Amino acid sequence: MTAETLSPAETNDLRRIAGLMVPASEEYKVPGADDPKIFADIVKSIGRDMAEIRKAMAALAGISDMDDASAMAKAEAFRAAGGPQVAAVERCVLQCYYRDDRVVISLGLEARPPFPKGHVLEQGDWSLLDPVRKRAKMWRDA
Amino acid sequence: MATNEMVDVLIIGSGASGAAVAWSLAETKMRIVCMEQGDWMKPSEYPSTGRDWEARRMADFDIFPNRRGRETDYPINDSESAMKIANFNGVGGGTVFYTAHWPRMNPSDFRVKSLDGIAEDWPIDYWTLEKFFEENDRMMGVSGLEGDPGVPPRHPPMPPLPLGKTGMMYAKAMNKLGWHWWPSDSTIATQDYEGRAKCINLGHCTPGCAQGAKASTDITYWPLAIRAGVELRTRCRVREIVTNEHGMASGVIYYDANGQENFQPAEVVIVACNGVGTPRLLLNSASSRHPNGLANSSGLVGKNLMLHPWPQVRGYIDERNDGAHAPMLSMWSKQFYETDPNRDFVRGYTMQFARGTGVVNEAIQSMSVGALPWGADHHKIYRELVYRRLQVGIACDDLPEECNRVTLDPVLKDSNGIPAAKIDYRLGENTKRMMEHGIARATEILEAAGAKNIYTSRTLLNSPGHTLGTCRMGNDPETSVVNAWGRSHDVKNLFIVDGSVWVTGGGMNPTSTIQAIALYIADQMKQRLATLFD
Repeated sequence: MTAETLSPAETNDLRRIAGLMVPASEEYKVPGADDPKIFADIVKSIGRDMAEIRKAMAALAGISDMDDASAMAKAEAFRAAGGPQVAAVERCVLQCYYRDDRVVISLGLEARPPFPKGHVLEQGDWSLLDPVRKRAKMWRDA
Repeated sequence: MATNEMVDVLIIGSGASGAAVAWSLAETKMRIVCMEQGDWMKPSEYPSTGRDWEARRMADFDIFPNRRGRETDYPINDSESAMKIANFNGVGGGTVFYTAHWPRMNPSDFRVKSLDGIAEDWPIDYWTLEKFFEENDRMMGVSGLEGDPGVPPRHPPMPPLPLGKTGMMYAKAMNKLGWHWWPSDSTIATQDYEGRAKCINLGHCTPGCAQGAKASTDITYWPLAIRAGVELRTRCRVREIVTNEHGMASGVIYYDANGQENFQPAEVVIVACNGVGTPRLLLNSASSRHPNGLANSSGLVGKNLMLHPWPQVRGYIDERNDGAHAPMLSMWSKQFYETDPNRDFVRGYTMQFARGTGVVNEAIQSMSVGALPWGADHHKIYRELVYRRLQVGIACDDLPEECNRVTLDPVLKDSNGIPAAKIDYRLGENTKRMMEHGIARATEILEAAGAKNIYTSRTLLNSPGHTLGTCRMGNDPETSVVNAWGRSHDVKNLFIVDGSVWVTGGGMNPTSTIQAIALYIADQMKQRLATLFD
């Protein structure tokens, strides 16, 4: 463990929290945030949030060893307390979960960066502007 | 300390105003150098080129410098501020990061005291700036539609951004309410324009446009200015402006990329460091001749900071919309912009309409307000949110108050040991009432569009923290820092051209007006070259 990496215990606790936050779903055919590939991305991407994540893991120490009900209760209490540690945990988990190919495709989106393909946008119905065109000048001259 | 060769004009900062001034002055054929503490940007490395495009907006492309924390950033103590400070340090400055939403100030914004009995009038007016607005629109490349009854006439050279699905939802709601809306002016190119490719709807415009469709000054003004002979030096962080025994600026002390201290002599110094960086530099330039900071005989350097409170109201519709698949902003409303004596506040606000947001941002923001649960229901609820967001931003006029200010932090320093800026900022009572009015109207709009689950963010989330007003212009040296054409009252060869010189804030994105003022000041300088220091 260094200032830049999590200890094995912290890693296990973070994985448990990630899985509790976003569990796998048969119905939506998506993995949970504790999926090996997604979780590896989460750990690798903590970056600027490392200090807050470590504080969060101190508050959640041992959660990886708890049964489901106890772990969920501890997680809910942590979340209810709020603050920058909760925000950091949510940010770190969600920013990686929602860029996983399987998850993005399940949302009906393409698993690719915006550039270079971009997207197609319809012009829309410009006749909607007709009543506004008829309005008198609204700005004050000065 | 090494001393460089003398230059005629030294510009500090290469963002919106510094670039415009450099380009305008280039025709004088003077030797002009611009110092920028950041780097040239590489569009091939902008976030939208990678799968981590949303995450990087919360990291090396975060709009807030304290979170971003690049080597080229300086820290800002905003712990005593109701809003965070937004900026970017690199060639192009804030234009690399802005939304490209392009309203101008209205004529009434320059006559606040005369019309509404509050704050101060500007020493210049809209019509003085009009030709510079137009020139700047051509230089930056503006898309838009003529005929808007909410603003004075203008002539955008490109057609507007498409309405798209989301735009039509807002348009129908606004028509139902009988309220004004119009496609926004935007500096996103809707056609190939002056070497820039047209927008292909990357949908992630704010942290740099990989397509080059969004006008940032590194790809608009700077190539032309450099071709005309201006020298732009990156990784030069100016510590202080030095004055001589005649009370004139003699040059600047700066740190180069290697951290070496250098002296750059100059005949004229132009400061373009934004509403926080500029007062910070002037306060850090205190000397025995100027113990309270340079150009500060009025005591107003750093005071009257305006940040544009900008509540956001969002709701969710049943139908899927454009989400993050297009530029974020493409419509505005001036329905509540001008003062109405029937309201409990003066002045007003622009409303701007967002198309939606990305999948990561949706998840994080919704979870942060408790709208998206942890656990088994997460997926079901998330699918009711993603690409179903409507969001109205309320760009509130901000008025000057001396208690809102930039000072030097007694402890915090940047990586070169230069004292950092400290921000004290609170919301005024008029502003608070304006915000609540705007939030109520935005809620009506969302409800008219069929949105449910409406959430309001007053100041913390998505507040841009435009930085304005900290070296205001005016005719009286006792109540202003610079005169009506940007020259310091105290130091006759020192000019300020950024948003610091604003007298009042208006209720809209400021970049168009910042650049028009910069072009106006440059024009005034050119007209007065023979008597510039009189």
